[in-house]
Amino acid sequence: MDTLFLLDKTVIAFIAFSVTLLIATYSTYAERKIAAFMQDRVGPDRAGPFGIFQPLADAGKFFFKEEIIPNASDKFLFIAGPGIAMLTALMTSVVIPWGNTLTISGREISLQVSDLNIGVLYIFGVVSLGVYGIMIGGWASNNKFALLGAIRASSQMISYELSMGLALIALIMMTGTLSLKEIVEQQHGMNWNIFYQPLGFLLFVVCAFAECNRTPFDLAECETELVGGYHTEYSSMKLGFYMFAEYINMFISSAFMASLYFGGYNFPFMDSLGLSQNAITIIGVFVFFLKIFSFIFLFMWIRWTLPRFRYDQLMRLGWQYMIPLALIHLFGVGAVLLWADK
Amino acid sequence: MQLTNRSKVVSDKNMTIAEGSYLPAVLKGMAVTLKHFFKRPVTLKYPEQTRENSEVYRGRHVLKRDENGAERCTACGLCAVSCPAEAITMIADERQKGEEGKYREEKYAAVYEINMLRCIFCGLCEEACPKEAIFLTKELLPSDYEREDFIWGKDRLVEGLEADKRIDVSKRQDR
Repeated sequence: MDTLFLLDKTVIAFIAFSVTLLIATYSTYAERKIAAFMQDRVGPDRAGPFGIFQPLADAGKFFFKEEIIPNASDKFLFIAGPGIAMLTALMTSVVIPWGNTLTISGREISLQVSDLNIGVLYIFGVVSLGVYGIMIGGWASNNKFALLGAIRASSQMISYELSMGLALIALIMMTGTLSLKEIVEQQHGMNWNIFYQPLGFLLFVVCAFAECNRTPFDLAECETELVGGYHTEYSSMKLGFYMFAEYINMFISSAFMASLYFGGYNFPFMDSLGLSQNAITIIGVFVFFLKIFSFIFLFMWIRWTLPRFRYDQLMRLGWQYMIPLALIHLFGVGAVLLWADK
Repeated sequence: MQLTNRSKVVSDKNMTIAEGSYLPAVLKGMAVTLKHFFKRPVTLKYPEQTRENSEVYRGRHVLKRDENGAERCTACGLCAVSCPAEAITMIADERQKGEEGKYREEKYAAVYEINMLRCIFCGLCEEACPKEAIFLTKELLPSDYEREDFIWGKDRLVEGLEADKRIDVSKRQDR
């Protein structure tokens, strides 16, 4: 392990980190704009041209708001909650392959912070930890609504993680690897996994919505029933952290879905263009981000289309429909793989 | 009987498998929102843009002057009596010699105040006025910071002397 290698990785980690934060910041702006357009409104347009400085104004507001820590709360956990949510949200970007390798003066630089051979498992583990941020925050607030929101969030995440995992196992049975980089490499060109497992993708998307606490599964913070859900007692930048973590999660799960099912940085006709490896890599990065943005748009599109599920409907969908469907899908994929092996 | 052609017959039959998965309905809803995504926003960016009001709109009041520039109001108090919201108060005074150009009649309103927060812009004051002195205009009432600032005195109610500051209320007069 030489110094140059470490330097490369530090730079890539730093860039991935800042891009994640930037995109999460501007997701808030995009969300408000998209919501506005879908409701025939204009949306934020006062801060700068077209309101593009709105996220900065929001952040400034969050910083200057009075910070209230309830007397009856568990102070340490109350502060730790948003920190954990943010930490777990940011940790996942490590294994996302942002692009193929760049060759600069003879050295190959992989545009991925770390190619863990269990990358998929790693993301799964860290995302499951994310529920602790919500749970701890909701519990430490010592507030009925916050606790209800936290309970809802955790049971929802546990329920939907099952079918998400089952959908993922079906994919991994086909790819035969847990490394995200290899999964993306296998989808070279137009050979994307979505064409092999559309049902698996559908299951995965629905579960990703549930995991990110996005509408129609945003029961953890449903304002109409639970005041603010798990972050009822939060104010100032701690509330900002929770919201930010949600947007980062959305970005990461978009990246995850794009690399698992939509070929990551691969794009059609990438070999027949006659470009150098570096050029293809750079185009690939843009293509990857294009895919991510389409997924983020999908997230927001759904949010401003569908109303929230009722809690019993959510649980029934999760346990009675998603899991059996995922199991059937899993067996079907297994049978096809066995048959193809013969 | 059908009032519109948009009504739908509803039934409580069981959903088919496709309907039960909600996916067709979800896609239909997404098509609706996407259609709106590309529609022009209906927003009016208020302080910069304002909507044109009709000529007979009942907005803020004006106290008219006659063609010589003298105030028409004679402080008879009929507007105040007719006002259902009791928004109008006035103090009358007698015209002195040499003020004939300022006031049309021998009696005039030294103080004339309308509390714009009480006013309901019904227009009964202009109906009651025998001198055609008070009219509602198509201008909107501007916002303000203090309650006191919504009590409009003669300084803001009486129209300007110059021809370009006169407020045209002929449409409301003819009505």
